[in-house]
Amino acid sequence: MSQSYNRGLVEDFGRWREFSAGMWAWIFHKFTGWVLIGYLFTHIAVLSTAMEGAASYNSTIQGLEGLLMIRVLEVGLLAVAVFHILNGIRLLMVNLGIGLESQDKSFYASLFVTALIVVASVPTFLGGGL
Amino acid sequence: MAERYSSFAPGGTSWLLQRITAAFLIGVLAFHFFQLHFVTHAFEVELAGTQARMENPAYYLTMVSFLIAAAFHGVNGVYNALVNQGIEGTQKTALKWGLTAAGIVLVVQGIRVANAMAGVSIV
Repeated sequence: MSQSYNRGLVEDFGRWREFSAGMWAWIFHKFTGWVLIGYLFTHIAVLSTAMEGAASYNSTIQGLEGLLMIRVLEVGLLAVAVFHILNGIRLLMVNLGIGLESQDKSFYASLFVTALIVVASVPTFLGGGL
Repeated sequence: MAERYSSFAPGGTSWLLQRITAAFLIGVLAFHFFQLHFVTHAFEVELAGTQARMENPAYYLTMVSFLIAAAFHGVNGVYNALVNQGIEGTQKTALKWGLTAAGIVLVVQGIRVANAMAGVSIV
């Protein structure tokens, strides 16, 4: 089925009370996608220090990882990546026509499992080496 | 049927490639996070360890494929999101080629970095 819907402007935040679960899933998937592609450019830029040799690479990675703020941001990155993965699986299922009737429940499940994984990972991400 | 929420027109090549790269990225992104935060902690990463991993051809090929798939998936996603948002004409053309160029720069630089890590030298 190819049908378009007039969703109005997402940027009109005053409309947020009208949004359904599917609309929120779409907004979160877009937002997390923007963050991930932005991060990929930064990631390759940081890893490029490997071309300068071990001293440059090691001091850059360990210097960044020694900052609490970077570790907190990495927890945020984990949350963004896990949600994008889980909601991505949900989207692939929807595309295959599996579980269409419960697509709102699978969105809530994606949020819940993301929260569980992120909370469980906090000690690993924030602890050690600081 | 519930409303269809997507930035992509269904059935097109870009839609299909976005799904194929998604299926690949789901596994590899999870592996990458697990490998570099839980198996090797990020604060323990040193070039010697990175080189040891990247010298394994299977790991190298997985990481380069990961880079290419992620760059395509991200750039294609941004393009379709903005087209879906309503940009057209010259802006759309400029966006298409700007993002294509950014994606190519990202992949080329990523492969140069991967080669430096794996000890591969290409002229």
